[in-house]
Amino acid sequence: MCGIAGIIYKDGHHNVGQDMTRMLQSMKHRGPDSTGYALYAPPTENVVMRYTTANTTTPRDYEFQDRLKRNRAEAERRIAALGAKIVACEQETDYAFRLTLDYKGELKALADQIEDISDCEVLSLGHSLEIIKDLGDAETVCAQYGLEQFQGTHAIGHVRMATESDVDISGAHPYWAYPFSDIAVVHNGQLTNYFQWRRRLERNGHRFNSECDSEIIAVYLAEKMSEGLSLKDAMEESLDELDGVFTYICVTADALGVAKDEMAAKPLVLFEGENMIALASEEMAIRAIIDHEIDTYDPYEKEVMVWTR
Amino acid sequence: MDALTGESNIVYDARGLVEPNADVPKISTIDGEKAEFDAQNLTTRQINLELRWLINEQGITDVTVRNPGAKHSLGVGLLTRCKITFDGSLGYFGCGIIDGPEVHVKGRVGWSACENMMSGVVVVEGNAGSLTGAAMRGGDLIVKGRLGARTGIDQKGGTILTMGSVGSMTGFMMQRGRQVICEDAGHGLGDSMYDGIIYVGGKVKSLGIDCVPGEWTDADTEFIERKFRIYELGTPPTFQKFVCGKKLYNYDNLEASERKLVL
Repeated sequence: MCGIAGIIYKDGHHNVGQDMTRMLQSMKHRGPDSTGYALYAPPTENVVMRYTTANTTTPRDYEFQDRLKRNRAEAERRIAALGAKIVACEQETDYAFRLTLDYKGELKALADQIEDISDCEVLSLGHSLEIIKDLGDAETVCAQYGLEQFQGTHAIGHVRMATESDVDISGAHPYWAYPFSDIAVVHNGQLTNYFQWRRRLERNGHRFNSECDSEIIAVYLAEKMSEGLSLKDAMEESLDELDGVFTYICVTADALGVAKDEMAAKPLVLFEGENMIALASEEMAIRAIIDHEIDTYDPYEKEVMVWTR
Repeated sequence: MDALTGESNIVYDARGLVEPNADVPKISTIDGEKAEFDAQNLTTRQINLELRWLINEQGITDVTVRNPGAKHSLGVGLLTRCKITFDGSLGYFGCGIIDGPEVHVKGRVGWSACENMMSGVVVVEGNAGSLTGAAMRGGDLIVKGRLGARTGIDQKGGTILTMGSVGSMTGFMMQRGRQVICEDAGHGLGDSMYDGIIYVGGKVKSLGIDCVPGEWTDADTEFIERKFRIYELGTPPTFQKFVCGKKLYNYDNLEASERKLVL
């Protein structure tokens, strides 16, 4: 079933890590397998990379700790070889890292180098976007990654009930639009022309980190935007070109948009306040961060709505 | 961080059953036949247990539930005449399978509100999500805002009236009853309907299979005016009427008991 949520503030930075945790925890029943966040901090000159050196399905054998060390050392060697300087490195779990990099080169070259290391995965790369995802509910992931103090302007989140791919970090949402900077997607639904679009996008030179249908939405939209379309136009085209039942939320460095398929088969409740837009699969997620009565509604079928901060 | 809401408060037993031993909170303020309680820190089950205790065991006929917080499945399965006011919004499946109550929701309702409603009245001041009044059998459901997709899917009776618009596939496989839509309707209105009547005051994006314009009668005028008068909804707009073309299915619309009388 899965649950998705989004929030964008119009009046600057807020404690978006805490707000998104509240929203996702209230929808825990929609997806107990994994929880993920795409949080947008104030943009910086440096590049922020979130990556993992092992998946949750990687065997925890006697060699495991040695592999983690080798993978981390190899990742740092390759980063240095590309001319990037590690300004800061935060280790959040045995296998999850947040790097702040002084790097002026192509993001794709950097991401490809890290992805090429066995068991390593780049979760996000950009000047503002940070994707955090792991197994467990929102409280667990929030505590594990110290998100309760995360200040930002907008965010999306996802609680996953795995259906078509494994219960692991690769299968968890949100998805970064590899290798486009600062674009991410969460999705509730199924795409029935997934393989068709995956082949098309792969022929265009894109690569995918998972077997999850949702990942192609992010890359599809980012490619459209790289060709000159606005986020709204790209999302509107997706309603005709992506087949299936879906509600998805896409975020860029300064905007948040939502799209519903032509059957309106997947839920979404929307609150448009003076200083904040909040949306989620269930109203109780919005009410988890607002303590007074509010007026909400469900967008209709084939609706695309975009807000900028 | 402050205590989180939602599922964090809910207890599961070893079999995964929710709150197997939940007790009736008994926190209401009771004044004669009226009662009121705050649902903010209660789970769905506790709220419904409190409602049942008040109505079935304390002889209360008028209950106000403050801070329902859009929790799911509130006010379901109530089978007696009483008044219930939800001073806020309900989540999914609110007021399902009710038979008799008069319910006033001061906020909005989520998906599948009033599913299988048998009789009574539900008035919603705000909007409603998709699948509202699914398989509804009787009673009046009045929504002063707008409704989502597939409103009254499989509706078997009663009236759904909205002052706003409705989403796609409204009245899908509707079998009886009436829908009154004061504004616009989405694609596929009345698709595969067996019977029943849909009135639309605005534009219809498209009609579904076997849904056709119907002939307006004095009974239609009387029905519309009566509902607007009862619920103090002002002057009704001009409606178009849509019915089943009766080319898709072979059926009759008689109850078994009615059929015996005819035969």
